[in-house]
Amino acid sequence: MEISNTLFSRALIDAAARAIPLEQVVADQIRAVQINAYYGRTHAVRGVSLGFAANRITAVIGPSGCGKSTLLRCLNRMHELVPGARVEGRVLLDGEDIYAPDVDPVAVRRRVGMVFQRANPFPTMSIYDNVAAGLRLNGVHDRRVLDDVVERSLRQAALWDEVKDVLGRSGASLSGGQQQRWCIARALAVQPEVLLMDEPASALDPASTLKIEELARTLRDNLTIVLVTHNMQQAARVSDSTAFMLSGELVEFRPTTELFTRPKDQRTEDYITGRFG
Amino acid sequence: MTPTPRAALRRRLVDRAMTGLSFAAVLLALVPLASVLGYVVAQGITALNWAFFTQLPRPVGETGGGMANAIAGTLTLIGLASCIGLPVGILGGVYLGELGNGRLGGWIRFTADVLNGVPSIVVGIFVYTLLVVPMKRFSALAGGAALGIMMTPLVMRTTEELVRLVPATLREAALALGVPWRVTTLRVVLRTATVGVVTGVMLAVARISGETAPLLFTAFNNQYWQSRLDQPTASLTVQLYNYAIAPYDDWHRQAWAAALVLMTMVLVLNITARLVGRRQVSARRSS
Repeated sequence: MEISNTLFSRALIDAAARAIPLEQVVADQIRAVQINAYYGRTHAVRGVSLGFAANRITAVIGPSGCGKSTLLRCLNRMHELVPGARVEGRVLLDGEDIYAPDVDPVAVRRRVGMVFQRANPFPTMSIYDNVAAGLRLNGVHDRRVLDDVVERSLRQAALWDEVKDVLGRSGASLSGGQQQRWCIARALAVQPEVLLMDEPASALDPASTLKIEELARTLRDNLTIVLVTHNMQQAARVSDSTAFMLSGELVEFRPTTELFTRPKDQRTEDYITGRFG
Repeated sequence: MTPTPRAALRRRLVDRAMTGLSFAAVLLALVPLASVLGYVVAQGITALNWAFFTQLPRPVGETGGGMANAIAGTLTLIGLASCIGLPVGILGGVYLGELGNGRLGGWIRFTADVLNGVPSIVVGIFVYTLLVVPMKRFSALAGGAALGIMMTPLVMRTTEELVRLVPATLREAALALGVPWRVTTLRVVLRTATVGVVTGVMLAVARISGETAPLLFTAFNNQYWQSRLDQPTASLTVQLYNYAIAPYDDWHRQAWAAALVLMTMVLVLNITARLVGRRQVSARRSS
């Protein structure tokens, strides 16, 4: 506890140095402090400190290979699963460091859920079983509990009405957008505090993309959302704050409207006006 | 540029000739298979009757009788072999597929491949010194162990291949839900590969059920019902061998019948494995 307090004060000092309002630091649900991430010798994320406010959508944008997905994967300890990958720095979830030696990464991943670029349902499981998977594989078998959770999660993911009559079937016939909402429902079923979305709409058509964006806006009431996207319009449409990353470094992090209308850094301006990337 | 009529004609003729040659080669390759199948069926069917499946072998000189004990023995041996081959093979395959990229994995893979190539009679000798000599008798256990040793690398390598085919995104999906690694491996990765693993296991069983050499001095043979696993046991293959080299016409007929039963067993296993495998492929395509 003492360590995380020190780190927390360090986060405060860090925030003061970067002129972030104090309330915002306190309201941060999850906060990266001086994160460095590597794949073998490749230094993918370079000293990034970034706070994600509770019940807000924070977008992380940047060109391909800028380290935005890697940063995201540091927030639920998925990065370290890649052979040869390692992380330095701290990530404070509700003020506690998830990289502290006594923290179980499996428990962290239950609190920080993740949605991937491509829908990745379990092919051997039905629609119902996929949503129930997170609980079942962790030993919950009470049918009533599972029924409730599956319905609640599918409703939250705005998919219930479309699948309620085919819960026992395979989801292979669902459209790409439906499959992605199905995977969001699966992530919501374990009731995470933070939801990481790694380019969740990049493989979808515009109509399905819009649905995912609307869904993200409604989920904000219950969750903190971190949205990695290479689509600047998407970041502008859905997020409250936006971080711009380049070559593994955080260039600029401000409320979305400000970042897109009055960028402070020349590189941000170049990127959002389409001069590169 | 259009070719001259002559060149076009030449191409067509060469194309026809080559297609014809390939077709002839396929036919040539199928001739031995078809004739073996046809001959075994023709010879075996006449000797096959209900008694073959229900009665014990008769002593020399008496006609009739069957190989019920040998059929039971073969099934027992396959069961015993599976007790070794399935757990070691499947878990070893999962290890190779999920964690086996290091040096240890490389060694295990190499060892399995070498074991796969060891002549089956050598496996028999190995088990003879390992089990038969200390126990001072031939036994079903020793026969099962020999077949199990042959089965393990087969199952291990197919399981590895199938585990590797499971997309990494599924592992990620499960891990990101806060599912521990071992549960992810067993209940998501292995579960996804199950249909393929079952196919591989069936093919391995088909392969070992036709083995004779490793049984000759492990399970030996037995003309009676075997009641204990530490006693010698009959098997279709060894019985077939003994009957085929004996100088009695009646035994020869029974050997043909045994060959037919054995071949049908292997064929049924192979075809079932194919069907199961195909179902998985079509399920993959539709998803």
